[in-house]
Amino acid sequence: MTALLYVLLAIVIGVAIWQVASIFNLKGVIATEKDNNTQGILFAAFGIFFYGLMIFSFVKYSSILLPDSASIEGEKYDTLYMITMLLILFVQAVTQFLLFYFAFKYRGIKGRKAFFYADSHKLETIWTVVPAIVLAGLVLYGLSVWNDVMDSSDAENPLIVEVYAKQFQWEARYAGNDNELGLANVRNIKGINTMGVDMTDKNALDDIPVRELHLPKGRKVIFKFRSQDVLHSAYMPHFRAQMNCVPGMVTEFAFTPSMTTEEMRLNEKTIIKVDGINKIRAEKGEDPYEFDYLLLCNKICGASHYNMQMKIIVEEEAQFNTWLKSQKTMAQVVQ
Amino acid sequence: MSDHHHKETFITKYVFSTDHKMISKQYLVTGIFMGVIGVFMSMLFRLQIAWPEKSFSIIEAFLGHHQDGGVMSPDIYLAIVTIHGTIMVFFVLTAGLSGTFSNLLIPLQIGARDMASGFLNMISYWLFFLSSVIMVVSLFIEAGPASAGWTIYPPLSALPQAIPGSGLGMTLWLVSMAIFIASSLIGALNYIVTVLNLRTVGMKMTRLPLTIWAFFVTAIIGVVSFPVLLSAALLLIFDRSFGTSFFLSDIFIQGEVLHYQGGSPVLFEHLFWFLGHPEVYIVLLPALGITSEIISTNSRKPIFGYRAMIGSIIAIAFLSTIVWGHHMFISGMNPFLGSVFTFTTLLIAIPSAVKAFNYITTLWKGNLQFNPAMLFSIGLVSTFISGGLTGLVLGDSALDINVHDTYFVVAHFHLVMGVSAIYGMFAGVYHWFPKMYGRMMNKTLGYWHFWITAVAAYGVFFPMHFIGLAGLPRRYYSNTAFPLFDDVADVNIVITMFAILGGLAQIIFLANFFISIYKGKKAEQNPWKSNTLEWTTPVEHIHGNWPGEIPAVHRWAYDYSKPGHEEDFVLQTTPLLEGEEES
Repeated sequence: MTALLYVLLAIVIGVAIWQVASIFNLKGVIATEKDNNTQGILFAAFGIFFYGLMIFSFVKYSSILLPDSASIEGEKYDTLYMITMLLILFVQAVTQFLLFYFAFKYRGIKGRKAFFYADSHKLETIWTVVPAIVLAGLVLYGLSVWNDVMDSSDAENPLIVEVYAKQFQWEARYAGNDNELGLANVRNIKGINTMGVDMTDKNALDDIPVRELHLPKGRKVIFKFRSQDVLHSAYMPHFRAQMNCVPGMVTEFAFTPSMTTEEMRLNEKTIIKVDGINKIRAEKGEDPYEFDYLLLCNKICGASHYNMQMKIIVEEEAQFNTWLKSQKTMAQVVQ
Repeated sequence: MSDHHHKETFITKYVFSTDHKMISKQYLVTGIFMGVIGVFMSMLFRLQIAWPEKSFSIIEAFLGHHQDGGVMSPDIYLAIVTIHGTIMVFFVLTAGLSGTFSNLLIPLQIGARDMASGFLNMISYWLFFLSSVIMVVSLFIEAGPASAGWTIYPPLSALPQAIPGSGLGMTLWLVSMAIFIASSLIGALNYIVTVLNLRTVGMKMTRLPLTIWAFFVTAIIGVVSFPVLLSAALLLIFDRSFGTSFFLSDIFIQGEVLHYQGGSPVLFEHLFWFLGHPEVYIVLLPALGITSEIISTNSRKPIFGYRAMIGSIIAIAFLSTIVWGHHMFISGMNPFLGSVFTFTTLLIAIPSAVKAFNYITTLWKGNLQFNPAMLFSIGLVSTFISGGLTGLVLGDSALDINVHDTYFVVAHFHLVMGVSAIYGMFAGVYHWFPKMYGRMMNKTLGYWHFWITAVAAYGVFFPMHFIGLAGLPRRYYSNTAFPLFDDVADVNIVITMFAILGGLAQIIFLANFFISIYKGKKAEQNPWKSNTLEWTTPVEHIHGNWPGEIPAVHRWAYDYSKPGHEEDFVLQTTPLLEGEEES
């Protein structure tokens, strides 16, 4: 019943708006010279609002952005991103200025005739060829970064980790001493063997299942992603890394962590961001937050999609090895 | 058809009409109705995003058992996000926009008495109506409507165990969309045949207004790509109901291994986006066509680079069918394919840039008449540029990795296809309202409508880029599980406030629209002093459009302010003066 009230209220507002406006200008239907003048000026004002909003957002919201990349591949990403963004902002600033300025400058005046200007091969060639050249550069640069990031075939002694997704939880499995993951299939899921590892495969016995992801700094990590139910996406924003987890197939992504969790906590941008967050948390009376890398789900996967996460800890290789040794292998877990 | 004196009953005139003008109005009103639902949903979920734990009586009032004490459940949150997307993309911006204006303008602007097949045209509308009814009905079922996102990726959309909306809700969604696709195919074939065969004497393809070029090419894209979505939908129905494994394999859910083996969700993504990406242009091209016409008329200047505009429409249409993979860079698809799709995607920026520059040049040294339609057209150019440029980030496979599926994407596509296309639709309604209803809309309300909407749209979508760049995934019911995103909460509140402002501003439009139908000032025959053929028909609608012979066409549609003519417009039906060259 309240729903009906809301609908009625909207209708009443609509009628009221009509009534109020009709007092002023019942028959006004076509723009007059006065309208052209007012609206032209409003476009100029809107241009100012537009640039103001852009500048405001960049100043105010730069502190919420992600801190520096925590992977070597991500640094290349950030450079490409920077160049693309500068290009975008340049084109945006110029074209929007022209648009609003022309709208203001050429607002209609009675009796003036517009300039009959239907075509110009020169101009058209310019704005076909110039974007083509710029885009060609961008494509080539982008593809070289893409190839660098996606091709992990030449990695020396990479660490192999399986990341396993299910509603609404992440698990992971290290390849163990042989650095080779044992076979797995959802049909093997049973009791404590939650990832469906095939225990008859000898490569599987030394695999190490975990619920918290540890990564060594400076060593390339090749991730193999699996999902047991629906699509998920393993998103590690601080490393500029993301890959979908697809039931029925194994997908892959690789990066080399370049900053330990400790180092990232001391990074200037992280400090500013964390300070901002903690100010908000203090106001709400919540405990202060300490920075941690995260793996989050970034593909709609069901009701608790919004709370599917796993902590990632990056540490020096020696520390990492100690941690890994202290974990139980599949053989130990299943027995 | 020339016999336009036979008796009409209420049913044949207003319900099962075969007259393209009536069908166009039916599309528009249905589209507006669906639009109200879609926009209203967006306001509900924006409340949830901004104030996740707060209770709202409006949520309590509308969401029934899907809410608890005025807080919506995560399932219904995903459902209304899904239905918002579906309704806005297909029901409002495909049927509502293209259906309305293709039907109204194709016969009127090419000089035809009606569509090639009035009967098929009627069928097309009623199938659309039926699919709308089914979609709306799906909102009221017990488990809630489809909730796997408007892209309905399986397995989520295939398994009711995974999300409640994938039960009956998803079935209805698929049935509704299958009917919708049939409707849209019948419509599109009709448009293509009409444009090719029924142009009046002298209306060469190179004299067609850009609106018609846009509708024509849009129809071709639709015919090429919609059937692929139909096949995807059918295969998904098979997987869901008959136990096939087209898209499913190796699934363990709720303690049970399912029998599916050998299918791939990636295949579904390919099929879906083979329509899904061209769909962006099915939505956008008609809006751009409308804008071309309105900017030229209200600048009192020819559209700059008419042939380049046609060329870019065709180029965009062609490229739009080979870029779908940019939605799948991180789907597990071979990275080499990603490279190819990056290349084709960034190519599409070139014809888009040409269009934007041509619009701006059309304004240059014009004598701009700021009718409400013109405001929305300029607004479209602005949002088209703002939204289009961030496509350089998303279309580049390397850069897509870290912003894929974040709010950056949401901001991008809402600006470039959502807001832009809606602006095009509003522009079209303000501009052709006199042709549809014989009356004028109020301009003051039009101005208020535009300016509030314009401020709100940028207020919503500009800050939204930043929360995406902060790494916030889309479709999160709440960010409270992540202290990392605590600093995003304030931005979300700002966005929601602008969204509510923008949503409420649409009431101004609705009031103006519905009351003008009955109370608006009577229209003159050619109120905007336009060149095109539709303004040579009488204000009162008649079957067959022109009382006598269909006029012949002697020139293109853009002779505004042409030297040698006294008026600043020259109807297409005016013969060339002696010694005058055609532009």
